[in-house]
Amino acid sequence: MEMKLIVLVVIVLAVIAVAQLMRVYELNSKIRNRREEDIDLRVNNLNGGLMIAFLAVFFGSLIYMLYKYGNGLLPEAASEHGQDVDWLFNINWIIVFFVFFVTNALLFIFAYKYAYHPDRKAYFFPHDNRLEMLWTVVPAAAMAVIIILGLITWNNITGKASDDAVVVELYAEQFSWTARYSGDDNKLGYSDYKLVTTFSANPNPLGVITTSNIGWRIFELDSTIKAMHKDIEAEALQEKVFSVAASKKMVTKVEKLERILERVSLMQKTYTDSTDLLAADDYTAKELFLIVDQEYQFIFRSRDVIHSAYFPHFRAQMNCVPGQRTKLKFKPIFTTQEMREKTGNPNFNYILMCNKICGESHSNMYMAVTVGTAEEFKNWKEGNVNLVVASTK
Amino acid sequence: MSAAAHIDHGHHHKESFITKYIFSQDHKMIGKQFLVTAIFMAVVAVLLSVLFRIQLGWPGESNSALSFFLGDTWAPNGILHRGMYLGLVTIHGTIMVFFVLTGGLSGTFSNLLIPLQCGARDMASGFLNMISYWLFFISSVLMLYSLFIETGPASAGWTIYPPLSVYEETIQGSGAGMTIWLLSMTIFVASSLLGSLNYIVTILNLRTKGMKMTRLPLTIWAFFVTAVLGVLSFPVLVSAVVLMLMDRTLGTSFYVNDAIVGTEILEQSGGSPILFEHLFWFLGHPEVYIVLLPALGLTSEIVANNSRKPIFGYRAMIGSILAIGFLSFIVWGHHMFITGMNPFLGGVFVFTTLLIAIPSAVKAFNYITTLWKGNIRFTPAMLFSIGLVSSFITGGITGIILADSALDIAVHDTYFVVAHFHVVMGLSAIFGMFAGVYHWFPKMYGRMMNSRLGMVHFWLTLVSAYGVFFPMHFVGIGGAPRRYYDYSVYEGFDNNQFGMIMDLNVIISIFAIIGALSQAIFIFNFFYSIRKGQVAIQNPWKANSLEWTTPVEHIHGNWPGEIPEVHRWPYDYSKPGMEEDFVLQTTPLGAGEEDH
Repeated sequence: MEMKLIVLVVIVLAVIAVAQLMRVYELNSKIRNRREEDIDLRVNNLNGGLMIAFLAVFFGSLIYMLYKYGNGLLPEAASEHGQDVDWLFNINWIIVFFVFFVTNALLFIFAYKYAYHPDRKAYFFPHDNRLEMLWTVVPAAAMAVIIILGLITWNNITGKASDDAVVVELYAEQFSWTARYSGDDNKLGYSDYKLVTTFSANPNPLGVITTSNIGWRIFELDSTIKAMHKDIEAEALQEKVFSVAASKKMVTKVEKLERILERVSLMQKTYTDSTDLLAADDYTAKELFLIVDQEYQFIFRSRDVIHSAYFPHFRAQMNCVPGQRTKLKFKPIFTTQEMREKTGNPNFNYILMCNKICGESHSNMYMAVTVGTAEEFKNWKEGNVNLVVASTK
Repeated sequence: MSAAAHIDHGHHHKESFITKYIFSQDHKMIGKQFLVTAIFMAVVAVLLSVLFRIQLGWPGESNSALSFFLGDTWAPNGILHRGMYLGLVTIHGTIMVFFVLTGGLSGTFSNLLIPLQCGARDMASGFLNMISYWLFFISSVLMLYSLFIETGPASAGWTIYPPLSVYEETIQGSGAGMTIWLLSMTIFVASSLLGSLNYIVTILNLRTKGMKMTRLPLTIWAFFVTAVLGVLSFPVLVSAVVLMLMDRTLGTSFYVNDAIVGTEILEQSGGSPILFEHLFWFLGHPEVYIVLLPALGLTSEIVANNSRKPIFGYRAMIGSILAIGFLSFIVWGHHMFITGMNPFLGGVFVFTTLLIAIPSAVKAFNYITTLWKGNIRFTPAMLFSIGLVSSFITGGITGIILADSALDIAVHDTYFVVAHFHVVMGLSAIFGMFAGVYHWFPKMYGRMMNSRLGMVHFWLTLVSAYGVFFPMHFVGIGGAPRRYYDYSVYEGFDNNQFGMIMDLNVIISIFAIIGALSQAIFIFNFFYSIRKGQVAIQNPWKANSLEWTTPVEHIHGNWPGEIPEVHRWPYDYSKPGMEEDFVLQTTPLGAGEEDH
């Protein structure tokens, strides 16, 4: 309270002081017969000088930041295509820095050099076709180079994965990631959002399709619907009393569940035992372990809202869109251990973060990523993964 | 008949307080109304940004400013609530992009300058113009109101991607806050459309005798193309918004497909969140130029006037405005390279996007050449114009990186993007707006702003603006995603990154606070000068264009007698053979003198 009072007093005093200063300024202008639009040579030259001073500080601070933080930028790309991306970055940086330094220098130096002088008249120079042609053609040529190099790299990044790429699904939800490895057959079991159950005796958080999952889901839906019907009947017989709104809600909900049940029942006809085989060897993990020098084909799905899988160290990113599958491939080329040596940081770890606003805990949505040898992968697999389908065989 | 009506218009008939200051149909008053509303909105938006910058610079530390402005609900113990952090970010973006830099910039200067510089008595429809302002006012009030509701304002980011923006269960702000956001934006678009149609009609039909399109000041060209962009793109936003309202209330599924919210399985199937992104960015990208072009137009006029030189390459400038306007409609996909959109389509958008660099480069070089061998007066308006050229270049070239899909995949949605668009569109547009206010203040209020304060304001603003956004590029390339409440996630993984991000975030936040405080100088100067500034003379900047032939005192109908006839382009500065270093557009061509 006292603090607020002091702040208030300070503000009031400041306003009074400024008002007084303005009075002095006005009177001063009046006495000297100075008008606001008049050019005061001294002030004009001061501004010209400040242009150069600013230019120096501007360039100086950039160079200082490059020196100080240049190494603190992301470490060397840890994926095969990431190396190409970094190379392309460097080419682009050369062009960007060149344009930045030259044009800003010209701008501020001209501003300084041609500051007003009463004896000089500006040079009447309305246009010059050759100059204009020059700065249309040169940027166009530079853009052509950038576009061609960019598209070549882009095609490599987004091209088809090789046949021995390992398929891994990354499933995003508020606010966690789940990885599903495709197992020995390198094929993921199908999935459907209608089969997703979290709090259930037989949880199926990724909605993987198997005949038993479909059967279980039908059973669950059926019992829920029956229970709700009982409540509705009880209400009609006035054994139980709900508010009008609550009972209306209940009716709507049960109707909706019945429609979903119908759709799930249809699935029973579509999927057979052969579908089960695809899912049988899939296993999930709450962290991602990748084998070095092995190409991966990632499939992204989302349960609720748009997320984005962002692997800063691999220069890779792809959105996860509910109701769609998106794809991205990359090949890690340094193990976590190698990266620790490269960065000189014994605590270094790869990370997968969410990079599309997805809710309040957006900034806490991440997954640990480790890159190791095939041997290490085998060891990690013991005890860190769960089979998608509870093994019945 | 028409001549008689015109003379009648010229009369200074008596108006009541309400028709003169509130429900005014006079374009000059409406321009001022837009400006004052926008300044108020800008103050709010800057305050919001300072609040979330405090959290980013000193995450999780108790701060009395936070508890003072947000109270116990949104800042318990002076620590910012996570949901409110996203709300602040969202509303800051929305207000700045739409209410300050679209409504404020176009609304103010298109209204003020189009009739004055074209030589018209008023806008084509004064009544629609009045409605346009009041719709803008209502939508502003609604947007501000959404900050005060119980569940908080819209907080799905200013791009409101579904399904996050559709379901309250996914984020609190997608409840009533989002509904108000959508309503506010719908009204805003109506306002913008009425304004734009008026601008287009006025420019095409109400130019005075001799004012050929090729004799228009570049300001008018910029406003014209801006209005066309608005008319073509804003309706798409409305349709996107209406479809979203239906998804939210009627259970349709335009944008929703096979999602689960909480534990509830939704029935909606067959829609696509990506569809919304396409519709949104079909407006969203032209919107960038709706924001930028008026600022470039104002600057063209100010740079020529204060360099005492014709703007270099007048026709090339018009050509590049048109080229930028056209290209802005076929580049929206560069916001969506990593949405899973077909990579081939991504390639096409890379190509079209990078083409924009060409007309932009032409503009930048033409500005620089205009300075060359000029006789430069550093008025506050000129200083801000030079600032604009610098930020336009500096922000523009980082766009080359982002337009390249192969690089975008590494920096998309990081602070590099935030830095890029704040410099190229935020700073440029706001610098242009400041320049415009300093330059045309005498035309608006008949008084001069204090130039010394203006200079102090400029240097503090320029230094703090770059102080904020320069380090931000580094934060982004360092791998900091945007819209993060804090970066603690890096602590356990790559603490090198964490260290750098935190170092720089503190610097950025300090500059943000300095920058915000220096705007007090402008606010003070602005309102003080309205009442107490030095009384202006008719043509203080010795400018050529038509607005400086009107009397200082505002009259309805702009010119007391006949509307003057125009004989030349507006850039005859320092023309050889002329006594003065400026020649009014109304001066007839001398014997043997050529039009530009």
